[in-house]
Amino acid sequence: MSIEDIQNEIIDEFSMFEDWEERYQYMIDLGKDLPLINDQYKTDNNIIKGCQSKVWVHAEMDDDKVAFTADSDAIITKGIIAILIRVFSHQHPKDIIDADTSFIDKIGLKEHLSPTRANGLVSMVKQLKMYAIAYQTQLN
Amino acid sequence: MFNVETIRKDFPILSRKVNGKPLVYFDNAATSQTPQQVIDVIVEYYSNYNANIHRGVHTLSQEATDLYEEARQKIQNHFNAKHAYEVIFTSGTTHSINLVANGFSSVLKKGDDVIVSALEHHSNIVPWQMLCERTGATLKVIPMNEDGELVMSEFDKLLSKNTKLVFVNHISNALGTINPIEYIIEKAHNVGAAVLIDGAQSAPHLIPDLQALDVDFYVTSAHKMCGPTGMGMLYGKEEWLKKLPPYQGGGEMIAEVTFEKTTYADLPHKFEAGTPNICGGIAFGAAVDYMNSVGFDNIATYENELLKYGTEKLLEIEGLKIYGTSEQKTSVISFNLEGIHPYDVGTILDKLGIAVRTGHHCAQPIMDFYKIPGTIRASFSFYNTKAEIDALVEGVKKAKMMLS
Repeated sequence: MSIEDIQNEIIDEFSMFEDWEERYQYMIDLGKDLPLINDQYKTDNNIIKGCQSKVWVHAEMDDDKVAFTADSDAIITKGIIAILIRVFSHQHPKDIIDADTSFIDKIGLKEHLSPTRANGLVSMVKQLKMYAIAYQTQLN
Repeated sequence: MFNVETIRKDFPILSRKVNGKPLVYFDNAATSQTPQQVIDVIVEYYSNYNANIHRGVHTLSQEATDLYEEARQKIQNHFNAKHAYEVIFTSGTTHSINLVANGFSSVLKKGDDVIVSALEHHSNIVPWQMLCERTGATLKVIPMNEDGELVMSEFDKLLSKNTKLVFVNHISNALGTINPIEYIIEKAHNVGAAVLIDGAQSAPHLIPDLQALDVDFYVTSAHKMCGPTGMGMLYGKEEWLKKLPPYQGGGEMIAEVTFEKTTYADLPHKFEAGTPNICGGIAFGAAVDYMNSVGFDNIATYENELLKYGTEKLLEIEGLKIYGTSEQKTSVISFNLEGIHPYDVGTILDKLGIAVRTGHHCAQPIMDFYKIPGTIRASFSFYNTKAEIDALVEGVKKAKMMLS
């Protein structure tokens, strides 16, 4: 599935929720699922320090696609990470580089990707794209 | 007669909604809200008096200067400083601390000790670290205990003839602990050390009598006491302010300038280079007037009542732990829910229109002490109500239900 298709799928899913509580409960439940990253990658090297919650990101190539795993110590942050991983992982580097994140706004979670929110997510998206750029360079 | 409903009408922001819910503002330790009386003074200043001060021959400049200097006197009287010129207007507590730290770089030398407390805000740690790096002095730390109190017996041991400076906050921003500054000042003076008290968290709740305390420096910010941001003060004893070199060069701080030599202006202008925050100073004075019209005795009594009520109600929630359990504290409750990240709780509370602070509160050493990433901090002011505390308690319960 393309990044855009997945984003539209997520927008559809979120349109079923009546209010913020249902949206947040869904993200919290996503966040409660199994760890999204192998423990060996939860290193200081892979940490993106947001002001308040810690975010870890690991990337590797899987054929010509980038596979991301990530985690956070805060559960709502982790829920959003799960959504971002669903969108960006196992995609071609170029598609990741070109993708926008405005779907986050459409599913009512805009505040979490605001540059002024100190939760590490903005830096995380930046980091995902940096990895994609690095792998794209390798492919070229 | 203190009536919280009447007081709330003074604060326009308290009637706004956040995320569709009535705002419950419990982030008062970060910044306090502004009453209409202070907003009016700001509007009035720009509508009628805006001019540069201390140098104009014209009427506007004279009127603005009078208002600005009148504000300085109000603040002098409020804190009982001996002279108005011992009150230096700054951009806030951090600026004030940096001004003193910078001044002491010409006083300190290798072998000297500087003592800070384990309860400090980063703004009261970093400037002294920088100062010690520059001068070769050693930074020593008064440790804290589980209740979030400073261990005075350890402080006694740290003091020696090498101690030149002691810096302690009057009240901890992260935990609300009121530190025994009278004891600290007396003991420090016994070994000949100067004392700076960071009053950012105390000036909004009580009136420190600077002459009775005999403190060398006291700093605070206007925006914590119903005034504007970007405004604060440094009180320093005359002898110290005369001794310390100017912090910034510029207009206003000079007496005479030639390319060979500049002589500095008298206090307070020596430390007020450039055009100051004139409106901010005048509004600071108005904020002090406003708080006095409410009455600091009323404020203290009512805020203690809120603290007691909030503590009791929050502790009814299973798995909730309060950090900072000293008998001596102001209306700050720092807490966590077991197994839940404070950021998650803060996010849910925000959705409910409740403003709290989450994180390390710029006091990472305290969080390290408790081995936690941060806390949720609810800080109450005299315009908050028990009904708002009930809303907080319900919100925390809801967050707990959603997040567990």
